[in-house]
Amino acid sequence: MEFLLGMTGKDFTLTISDTAATRSIIVFKNDEDKSLELNKHVLMLYSGSPGDTLHFAEYIQRNVKLYEIKNGIELTPKATATFTRREMATSLRSRKPYNVNLLIAGYDVTTSLPHLYWIDHLGTNATMPYAAHGYGAFYTLGILDKYHRPDISLDEAKAIAKKCIEELKTRFFINLSGFKVKVSDKDGIREIEI
Amino acid sequence: MDYNGGTVLAMAGKNCVVVGSDKRLGVQNLTLSTEFQKVFPVTEKCYIALPGLATDVQTLSELFRLKCNMYKLREEREIEPLTLANMISSTLYGRRFGPYFCEPIIAGLDKNNKPHIYGMDLIGCLNFPDDFAVAGCAEAALFGMCESLWEPDLEPDELFETASQALLSAADRNSIVGWGAVIHTM
Repeated sequence: MEFLLGMTGKDFTLTISDTAATRSIIVFKNDEDKSLELNKHVLMLYSGSPGDTLHFAEYIQRNVKLYEIKNGIELTPKATATFTRREMATSLRSRKPYNVNLLIAGYDVTTSLPHLYWIDHLGTNATMPYAAHGYGAFYTLGILDKYHRPDISLDEAKAIAKKCIEELKTRFFINLSGFKVKVSDKDGIREIEI
Repeated sequence: MDYNGGTVLAMAGKNCVVVGSDKRLGVQNLTLSTEFQKVFPVTEKCYIALPGLATDVQTLSELFRLKCNMYKLREEREIEPLTLANMISSTLYGRRFGPYFCEPIIAGLDKNNKPHIYGMDLIGCLNFPDDFAVAGCAEAALFGMCESLWEPDLEPDELFETASQALLSAADRNSIVGWGAVIHTM
């Protein structure tokens, strides 16, 4: 029932994740942050089995950091996504695969372009202008099909994000308690209010 | 095989060959991307088409890229289509009891510019057709289209048109196939 969404704009990537930490029918927490910063410009959002999610995300984060310390460079969003996909695909054919879905959102400082990668628990990696995980995808992708353009400004992206959240609140039978919205651009990653 | 959608075909003509695929990536009936690559270049005159489970499409494309680059470095020449087909076949059979869910098609021209087309199942059982090879979610529809449209000794332009019409018509009859297509002519 978790929800992750990302969209690229003119010079930024905007992401939304729900903030409910649930198990079965119980909501434990309403302010869970389901994202990790892989480096200054790359954000990874995760959903799936609790435990698996944070374990896998931290494993990726620390290996990305290790590579960057060893080689003295910042990995691009594409490089982190390719690495993450490979780890996920390897895990798929192991004794106990990770049950984690990911969005990798980032800003490539080398080319000054925003990037968004959709990775599922099987290790499918696809780059998209906008992407979503969970049941929320069925409600929000249609809105993005209608309103999203590759060159939207941050204000326009915020307006579309608002529309998506409104749609979930009116049409999704589960009341997702809250959403965290983050932006990755040339200045790094920050949380914003919409 | 029907989880992510997608289908591919290859056709032989007179000293030419084409290979193509649709561009959709979905999860069952939800379309996620319409720019998903399923046909991968190996050399200037040889391509691999990989329909099936998207994660295995990507894993295999990376694996075959590695193997072909290593071949080129060791042998100091480009790999021939038949050699490539046998390499792919034995790679897939190496996972006989836990297979990659992918049915590759190889299409290319050899050093004498003779067309070659190979198809195989997910555990690497090779097929050697002289006319066309099809695989993926719209396989059945593609067989029908290719059977009625293909004829021997087509020129590159005619072959491109034949393959395009076969692919688009088959894709239109399948809800998890389509959303754009790509054809490579050699």
